[in-house]
Formats: sequence, structure tokens, C-alpha cells
Amino acid sequence: MAREIRFLQGNEAVCEGALYAGCRFYAGYPITPSTEIAEGLSASLPKVGGRFIQMEDELAAMAATIGGSIAGKKSMTATSGPGMSLKMENLGYGYLTEIPCVIVNVMRGGPSTGLPTGPGQSDVMQAKWGTHGDHPAIVLTPSTVQEQLNETVRAFNLAEKYRMPVILLTDEIIGHMREAIEIPEPGELEVIDRKRPTCDPKDYKPYKPEADLVPPMADFGSGYRYHITGLNHAEDGFPSNNGKMAQADEIRQENKVMHHYDDIVKVEEFECADAEIIVFAYGSSARSAKEAVIKAREEGVKVGLFRPLTLWPFPEKHLEKYVGKTKKFIVPELNLGMIKLEVDRVVKGQAEVVGINKIDSDPITPVEIMDEIRRSK
Amino acid sequence: MAYDYSKYLRAGKIPHIWCPGCGYGIIMKSLIRAIDATGIDKDDIVLTSGIGCASRLPGYMDFNTLHTTHGRSLAFATGVKVANPKLKVIALGGDGDMTAIGGNHFIHACRRNIDITCFVFNNYIYGMTGGQYSPTTPKNSKATTAPYGNADNQFDIAQLAIGAGATFVARTTTYHAVPMEKLIKQALDHKGFSVVEIMAGCPTGYGRKNKQGSPANMILWQKENAVPANKAKEMSEEEMAGKFAIGVLHEVQKAEYVEAYDAQVGLK
Ligand SMILES: Cc1ncc(C[n+]2csc(CCOP(=O)(O)OP(=O)(O)O)c2C)c(N)n1
Ligand code: SF4
Ligand SMILES: [Mg+2]
Repeated sequence: MAREIRFLQGNEAVCEGALYAGCRFYAGYPITPSTEIAEGLSASLPKVGGRFIQMEDELAAMAATIGGSIAGKKSMTATSGPGMSLKMENLGYGYLTEIPCVIVNVMRGGPSTGLPTGPGQSDVMQAKWGTHGDHPAIVLTPSTVQEQLNETVRAFNLAEKYRMPVILLTDEIIGHMREAIEIPEPGELEVIDRKRPTCDPKDYKPYKPEADLVPPMADFGSGYRYHITGLNHAEDGFPSNNGKMAQADEIRQENKVMHHYDDIVKVEEFECADAEIIVFAYGSSARSAKEAVIKAREEGVKVGLFRPLTLWPFPEKHLEKYVGKTKKFIVPELNLGMIKLEVDRVVKGQAEVVGINKIDSDPITPVEIMDEIRRSK
Repeated sequence: MAYDYSKYLRAGKIPHIWCPGCGYGIIMKSLIRAIDATGIDKDDIVLTSGIGCASRLPGYMDFNTLHTTHGRSLAFATGVKVANPKLKVIALGGDGDMTAIGGNHFIHACRRNIDITCFVFNNYIYGMTGGQYSPTTPKNSKATTAPYGNADNQFDIAQLAIGAGATFVARTTTYHAVPMEKLIKQALDHKGFSVVEIMAGCPTGYGRKNKQGSPANMILWQKENAVPANKAKEMSEEEMAGKFAIGVLHEVQKAEYVEAYDAQVGLK
């Protein structure tokens, strides 16, 4: 049976992905360029038995999203930079308490209110390091409208599987562009639900991990009465001042992600096998990068595209394969060189690493990337 | 026969962290008796809190308990309630938690009239951090951050709640432990957003600096300055100076948020 083809805006595709994944609760606060996600889900959630609420600010939206998940519903919120900054407080709470949920950041330009209607990619480090304290992060960076849908489903799956907040980090260009996409049939994409406890409620320890390092999570109201706190806690969920235990728990949380690197990290490696030059690009910048790589190949240049769909954890295992072989890495991004730092870290001086950086609200063009590729010859 | 609190307390979690003479233990006992009187199943009760001495209470109680971030008790509680309206959701916090850092969540929860019962433990001070002034610290009182006396004006939490749209608002004190239990039960039985402001002494963070004497004296101060709501109505502003009304201050019936939302969007 042919799949339904729809001409959708990137933000609308996020809504489709959320519904497909089983999202049944959304709490948000409007902000350009993410607002269409709130608008879309305010209309569609009730049709599938879900609820939408517009909260008083993003602190509250993040809190309510986590609350909804604790009550057993797959929950989501969406925002842009200024709102993301406000979400940081309770995002950290979500990490420490291990509550699955999805946060969409449709990036715009500038710090503070910045360039509200222009694209940006300056929140890539915030997405990993924005909230205080050590914690793992899973951050996905789609590049097409189709991926806006598919990666939203994957974001929910990873959130549920690893019991943690997952960030879908997209930008104004992809959020607002329209492309024809295929709507997956029900059952076509995997949809994962969190592990719930099956033990006697008396024996339930909300932070006792299983072999995969992920503890099963009970819904509030399901007969497993337990305590959740943003203080460091023991396996039984109650606060503890034991620093050694806190350290062990945070390392366990880091490991629940890093030990599943192969399951979590997704990368497109396009024409990389024999590449002397690799363009490392993500999100909207990767669209221009792909075009530049195709054109340069036509000119006979051995160039490839390395495109992370998972930006965090950083795809270093994938990237390391090219270190020592590739002469030059080009990192185009709509910031002043953030992810280039990570590429530098992995390349360790064994190749030239050059950034193409813009924060003027214009996308990086294929021509600009071509120019840098040509300069390499 | 003495009332047995153990059914609602988590074994092994007592002793609590509160100072000797802190008013919060009295509130916890009244809360337990009131919840018991409602007959609601423990599995269906969600108790949320923010950060502060007051907000440590849920850790001792055998419900679904959620100790959140400073001021956000009601924001988390709102998510829980909207996602599963069958749950009985109770949100509590201190005066700082609910009316300073969480003030925005507080007024909007009142405005929505969502079916959550909210308890604000008002001890006039930031207790947990050692006695800095809060939005309810009386003018001229001393605090560690007001060594010359407090220049700030005070919030009247109950009036704030009424103004913002809460449909049940009451005030009580730790001196009035038995009436408190009845008020808490009324608040729990009320459909919509209910607020009970509970005056409690913080001998450590407030009493000592303001020469209020022993914890017992602080409780007597409550007795002397509390005026029953019906009597307070007949008193002039001057007569009420330094005093506060207790009892049910406001009670109306109004569409509850989740029910109104469901009707609006055609759910169910
Ligand atoms: C974001 C944030 N800011 C500041 C603090 C520090 N802090 C912890 S409790 C508290 C005040 C608590 O006062 P109140 O809410 O009145 O509760 P009480 O301790 O008096 O019961 C403060 C300022 C914090 N935990 N989080
Ligand atoms: S500091 Fe004050 S509020 Fe906190 S436990 Fe001690 S007496 Fe109670
Ligand atoms: Mg206080």
C-alpha cells in the first residue's frame, strides 16, 4: 500500500511525529519560530484523547511536561532559545529524576531575544551543557521535513527507552520550510514505551537499574507509591547526602547513554569512504553541505559529508574512523564555531579543521561551502 | 484512644528535618487527619512540593510524592492533574516558594481554577536558607538580609489567591490545629482550586531575630492575633492592624479547568 504523501511544514511534521509516537500531553508557551507546534497539537491532541495546556511561562511548561510524564502520558514541549533558557532549570530536574519527555528547540538567532525570525544554530552547546551539573544528554538534529517527523518519533523512543529527557534540536529554516513527505503507516516505525515495574509495589525501588542501567518507571496512581526528588537520592528515591552514592548514580546515568552509543548515535556518512575533505554539518547547514559535496564530486574533488542526526552524545566513534585519513574537515554552522570545538577535540591536530560561521540570520549557502572546498586543493 | 498516624507516614523516614519548635509538624498531623477523613485511597493521592523546609513534608508521607524545584510545585502539579485528572493532587510550599519564586505559577493556578488543593505554609521567612526576608515578612521585621529592618511591603496570600480567582480560600494557624484539620478537609472536598494559608512559627529563622520568645510564645501570638472571619468583617482597618482573619474567607462554585477544557475540545 502506498504511503500517504503530504506537503508539510517542518513544525507540522514534528506534530505528526509526536502523535505517531503516542504523545498525549503537551505543555508549552508560544515563541517564534516554534509556535506552529503548539498550535498544531492544541488542535490534534484532543482528537486522540490527549490534552494541551498553554502554561504561564517556559519554567512552568517544562515542569508540567515532566508532571504529565510522571502521570503516565508521553509528554512534550517546544520552544526556541529564550524559552530554552527558562526550561533549563526543570530540564535538569528531568535528568536527575530520569523522567522521559521530549523538548523541541527550534533555534533562532542571537542571545537574549536576538533575531526572533531568523535561523541560528547557536544553542548546540546549551543543549548539552545548558543546565547545571553533570548529566547525559541525547540531542537529535534533523535536516529535512521528513526527518522532523521520523526523528521526533525517535526522540520519544529514546526518551522512553533510556528514561530521560531528549532534545529535538532543529532550526527556523527546517521548522518553517515545506516539503513533501511520506507519512509512515501505523506499525511501520517502531514505537517504544517505557519499562514499567512488574514487581510487588512493596519491593519497588524507582532508581534500581536493570542490566541496561535503566530503572523501570511507575506511573503515579498505578499503585506504586514512591518519592521523586531533585535532590540526589538513593535507589529507593529518598534524598541522601552520601556523596559517593550521588557520584555512582550520576556515573550510572552517564553510562546508560554511553553504553548504548550504537543504539543512540545516528550519522549519515555520504561519500566519506575515500574523502580527502569531509564537511561536518548538521541541521539546516547540512542541506547546503550536501549540495556542495555533490557539486564538488562532479568536479572530481574527493569530498564527503559527515552528518550527525544525533549531535549529542557527540558521534566521536564514527568520526574517529576518518582521523588520520582525511586532510581537512570543514564545519559550517550558524554560530561562531561551537561544534568545530568538538571536531577539533576528536581530530586532535591530525587534520586541518576550518569553520564556516555566520550569525547574520542568513543560511550558509552551498557556494560558500564550495569556495572552502576549492580552497583546499 | 490516640490517633494512629502511622498508616500515612513512611516507615523509617521519621525523625523529620524540622527544628524543635517548628510549626510544620503540627500541620503535617492535621493534614494526615484531614486526608484520612476524606477517605481517599493513598494510591490516588499525589502530593507535590517545591523547595524549602515546608517542601520536605511529602518525603514523610506515604503517597505518590513529588519534591520539585523551588517555586514550581504547582506547575508540576498542573501537569500531573491535566495528564490524569482522576488523581487527587495536593501542592504545598512555603511563603517564599509559593509567592516569590513561584508567584507566577500560584496566580495562574488560581486563575485556571484547576482542581488542585494548595497549602501555603506561611512562616514569614525563608526558613531553609537561614532567615532571609520573604514576600510575607512584616515591614520593619529583622531578617538576615534585612539587618536594619525590612523595607518591603507584605503580601496577603489569601487576598492574593482570591484576587487571582481561587474558588476556595481559607486561613488558619498552628494554634488552631483542630479547626485546621476541618478547613483542610473542606479544601480537599472543594472542586476547583483551593488555597489554605497556614500560619506557622519559624523560631529558628524568624522568631529569634524578632524577639518572639519561645516556640510556645509564637503559637500564643497566633492565638492573640487571629480573628475569626465573620468577626473580622465587622472590624475596621485600624482594629485589624497587625491581626489577620482565619477560617473560610472565600468560597464560590465555578467551572473546573480540566472539565471545562474537555467540554470545550469535545473530549470524552
Ligand atoms: C532556584 C533556587 N533559588 C534559591 C534556592 C535556595 N532556597 C532554598 S529554600 C529557599 C527559601 C524557602 O523559603 P520558603 O519557601 O518560605 O520555605 P520555608 O523554608 O520557610 O518553609 C531558598 C531561597 C533554591 N533552592 N533554588
Ligand atoms: S528553619 Fe524554621 S521553618 Fe525550617 S525547620 Fe527550622 S523552624 Fe521550621
Ligand atoms: Mg517560609
